[in-house]
Amino acid sequence: MFQTVGQPVPRKEGREKVTGDAKYVDDLKFPGMLHGVTVRSPVARGRIRAIEFPPGLPWDEFTIVTARDIPGDNVVALIVDDQPYLAEEIVNHPEEPVVLLAHPDKYLVEKARAAVRLDIEPMPAVFNVEDSLSKKQIVWGEDNIFKSFVVEKGDVDSVWTAAAHIVEGEYRTGAQEQLYIETNGIIAMANAQDGVTIWGSMQCPYYIHKALLKAFPLAPEKIRVIQMETGGGFGGKEEYPSMIAGHAALLAWKSGKPVKMIYDRAEDMAATTKRHPSRTRIKAAVSRDGQLLAIDMEFVVDGGAYATLSAVVLSRGTIHAGGPYVCPNVRIRSQAVATNTPPHGAFRGFGAPQSIFALERHMNKIARAAGLTPEEFRRRNFLHRGDTTATSQEIREPVDLEWLLDRALELSGYHAKTKAFAQHNEHSAIKRGIGFATFMHGAGFTGSGERYLQSITGIEALADGRVRILVSSTEIGQGTNTILAQIAAETLGIEYDQVELARPDTSQVPNSGPTVASRTCMVVGKLVESAAIGLKQTLIKSGLLAETSRPDEFAAACARYIGVFGPLKSFSQYEAPPGIYWDDDTYRGDAYGAFAWAVYVAEVAVDTATCEIKVEDFVALQEVGRVIHPVLAAGQIEGGVAQGIGFAVFENVVWKEGRMVNNQMANYIMPTSVDIPRIRVYFEENPYEYGPLGAKGIGELPIDGPAPAVLNAIENALGIAVDEIPLLPEMLLEEAGVA
Amino acid sequence: MPRVAIEFGVNGAPRRIEVYPMERLLDVLREKIGLTGTKEGCGEGECGACAVLVDGELVNSCLVPVLQVAGCEILTVEGLAKNGRLHPLQQAFRHSGGAQCGICTPGMILASYQLLARWPRPTEDQIREGLAGNLCRCTGYQKIFDAVRQASEA
Amino acid sequence: MRAYVPDYDLVAPASLNEALELVADHARPMAGGTDLMVLFESGKLPYRSLVSLWRIPELRGVAAGETHVTMGALTTYTEIQQSEVLRREFPLLVKAASWTGAVATQNRGTLAGNIANASPAADSPPALLVYDAEIELLSAKDSRWAPYAGFHTGYKTSVLRSDEIIGHIRLPRTTAGCAQYLRKVGTRRAQAIAKVALAGLGKTSDGVVERIRIALASVAPMPIRCQETEAVLTGRKIDRTAIEDAKAKIALEIAPISDIRSTEDYRRRVTVNLLQEFLETLIV
Repeated sequence: MFQTVGQPVPRKEGREKVTGDAKYVDDLKFPGMLHGVTVRSPVARGRIRAIEFPPGLPWDEFTIVTARDIPGDNVVALIVDDQPYLAEEIVNHPEEPVVLLAHPDKYLVEKARAAVRLDIEPMPAVFNVEDSLSKKQIVWGEDNIFKSFVVEKGDVDSVWTAAAHIVEGEYRTGAQEQLYIETNGIIAMANAQDGVTIWGSMQCPYYIHKALLKAFPLAPEKIRVIQMETGGGFGGKEEYPSMIAGHAALLAWKSGKPVKMIYDRAEDMAATTKRHPSRTRIKAAVSRDGQLLAIDMEFVVDGGAYATLSAVVLSRGTIHAGGPYVCPNVRIRSQAVATNTPPHGAFRGFGAPQSIFALERHMNKIARAAGLTPEEFRRRNFLHRGDTTATSQEIREPVDLEWLLDRALELSGYHAKTKAFAQHNEHSAIKRGIGFATFMHGAGFTGSGERYLQSITGIEALADGRVRILVSSTEIGQGTNTILAQIAAETLGIEYDQVELARPDTSQVPNSGPTVASRTCMVVGKLVESAAIGLKQTLIKSGLLAETSRPDEFAAACARYIGVFGPLKSFSQYEAPPGIYWDDDTYRGDAYGAFAWAVYVAEVAVDTATCEIKVEDFVALQEVGRVIHPVLAAGQIEGGVAQGIGFAVFENVVWKEGRMVNNQMANYIMPTSVDIPRIRVYFEENPYEYGPLGAKGIGELPIDGPAPAVLNAIENALGIAVDEIPLLPEMLLEEAGVA
Repeated sequence: MPRVAIEFGVNGAPRRIEVYPMERLLDVLREKIGLTGTKEGCGEGECGACAVLVDGELVNSCLVPVLQVAGCEILTVEGLAKNGRLHPLQQAFRHSGGAQCGICTPGMILASYQLLARWPRPTEDQIREGLAGNLCRCTGYQKIFDAVRQASEA
Repeated sequence: MRAYVPDYDLVAPASLNEALELVADHARPMAGGTDLMVLFESGKLPYRSLVSLWRIPELRGVAAGETHVTMGALTTYTEIQQSEVLRREFPLLVKAASWTGAVATQNRGTLAGNIANASPAADSPPALLVYDAEIELLSAKDSRWAPYAGFHTGYKTSVLRSDEIIGHIRLPRTTAGCAQYLRKVGTRRAQAIAKVALAGLGKTSDGVVERIRIALASVAPMPIRCQETEAVLTGRKIDRTAIEDAKAKIALEIAPISDIRSTEDYRRRVTVNLLQEFLETLIV
């Protein structure tokens, strides 16, 4: 059916990655380059009394930057503009940046970092959601609340008295560290004449561009941000790089030299963003027939010390909280609150893994109360075309979740295993269980977000018949370069090898929006498709190309066009699909252009002697519109599932007075090759009209399902309901009293 | 402390450098010799991104003081391809989805290289065990296993 | 990399005598570096002057004598796993070596390094303890053998003098006919620090215990042998009552704490469960 799309073409930058030729920021060296480091607050909250530079070090050789040295505004521009690049009077979280140092000797600069003494008078601090909500101490704004939402549908309070069952539960999720294997890093050159140039590891070059505009009094053309090969992001390099880029630029500005800042692992883990911890309380009413009558939900996330992206994380978590179910009465009250911890930020899923964990655990709880199996209860409540979600979005595409569920249960051998495990568990110290989660994930920015972004893509024809895609969307491992090239090649009727991508460099490419929100394939890919159509139409209208053409004919047409008319570029700007209405005030309407739908099934074995949990098998079935690249798409699911398993049973952040104390890879436990089972991935395709060749977004979907599926499986194995993750053996032993 | 002169071979070429004896082999390879293919992921010997072979044995170069490789033969990722022809492991990682962001890939390929030297036709369990010291955050490991299997059959 | 590298000196003498002289002169020994370099990189290595033992031939090799197997201090975990005699007669040590870190660590980490680093969570000590290991301590002026059971005296303290290094470790070849058990409970299934590990060695005759050794990691400031628990079982027939008595004893004999990896309660309860698992293999 398709020539390039759907084919396992080689990854565009794959050769460089396997030979070691791919250039990440730390692989670059500039003449006269200095090494920069950040001196950070050791206390959670306090007033800076003094900054001391003890004798014994050649301080005059160092470039030293404090808040006073910032030529523009001391604020990391994002949404609320409350976060400073460098603390001036007050620090609001451990690891908050206060002083920057640079020196040509990378060893000496570390010695200096350890020597600088920050004299900070401690102030009372707040470390958890409960304390923040209690307002005993106000640490942000008037009331510690970054943002709140109320989503309402119908009238929840009208159904409690008539309900056959009322089921309540409370669910918690912990912080999770993105743990990209390449830490944050930036190189900057900066002066008033030439402006600021940034090279670095990042997801969103234009976010950095916007942030630097505020910190430096320069015209937009004088700030240039270039993405280098990036070793993983997962959201951890969405907004955070603006901070480290600003720091490197400030040191470069003051020293007049290029400055390289690379975080070591301990610093990256302690100081940068993590997934927002959450607490969800659900009260649900269900009828005698097992139909949902009402869901009343309170969803709170811990945003850390500054607002950063908490409003948007809260938004996505709120909208996804209702799940793929029909419920006539819904109330979701959500809040993002401030604590004195390093600000939490974007991490794949972005609020949805938190609320979906709670909902999918609660669905099993309701099922039990109603005397139904988890699968039967869901069957009675799934959304279909024509139904509305919790935000009153009408589902306009055909959706058959019953079929998906049946298929996933069949692929996983769910029913046979449920029976077999029940028998096995009677006489074995190793308890086996199986559980599932059904869920959806909306791709693209919420509601009017994409309209607000006004993303632009470009495509340029070259004289040799190749084309170059111009986007700011970044390759961070997920396959941006490859799939955009496939879409362009397919649209233009040319070879995959005829398509290249310009390096994301703000001086060379338009702003196609951030590389986040599962939007790169669905939204940006669609824009690449339309830019390609525009390019082709130009050639056709100029009489140089027929509607159907061969790759060599296309090449010839480009060469001729350019020879006669000059450069040939085609741009496309985002237009919302028709009929999308979203009300930002009431938080109702069409939250997302498309949802991908999924059923994940996890099989676990729990050793009751130690409460160690092993995920033995995993089935991931999802409907995704169109699979652009089978290997890359499966790779996204597998990677997301592994991170979801980590979220469920391995990855624990140990906090002490607002600081992560297990900030070493030896003590923050991500799964190794021995800890993850074979993940069996299956795709269904129901093409989405407004996606490129029908594709929906899938980057975040796979991290939503594993945690509730695994916890549901553990409950099946042990008969114990645990409602908090990460679920470590210590907690399971305590809950279970097992052994 | 003064620097010392150390000699060792890298990818078949002899090298002589003046370094502090406690400089990490990782830094010497990347900065003094200019071979940036070997990566730093953690500086603790946990992630394996810095793995190289020293006299045929996989080591985490972030934990090796350069003095201790005097007289040794070191193989980095840059030494695998011959005359531009990729090693079967590189081919396999490239085509099977074994590399996503690529930062773990050099270390992972070298760990796979030693794995296949030890077990030319490894079982899935042997592949898992051989790679247990190389962390990958992107792939969930599935296609890395596939790449190693593919290379073992090449 | 937080250490100021130019301040550190590392020399690699070719001979054992030279190395011992340097250690007597306050240089600190380094074997494969897999522990010391981690400390170094976090800026927490307290010594500036180091001597590399890595190439010293007298400290390498696994030799099977008539009554003992003797391993050089610099025997790596990889070498332990490859040794035929160790695999046959001392499988717990081989098992421990296989789950210390991962392949890259095992190629460089050494048995003496594991002992001298003296972490209570170290993987080899429980096996060494149940095997009645002896340690050779060498200095420029003398050498002595000491039972490993008395080597550790507290958290990261030992009988090793500041002028001494570990030369060899020897294990008496008395494991024939013994039941052997080793289980490590870590934070994950590979490359993990032990939250609890229990080693057990038992020789029974008609179900009656002739000799028993029980040793643990991560439940005390140092690796420990549970001699009180062993005493409860020696000369006794292993039945349900004996197992319950031993479990009650061991729960009190250990001194686990809560730390960033685990809790006191978990460690205690899992220790009891692992002991039960071991003792059940002795029931006739």
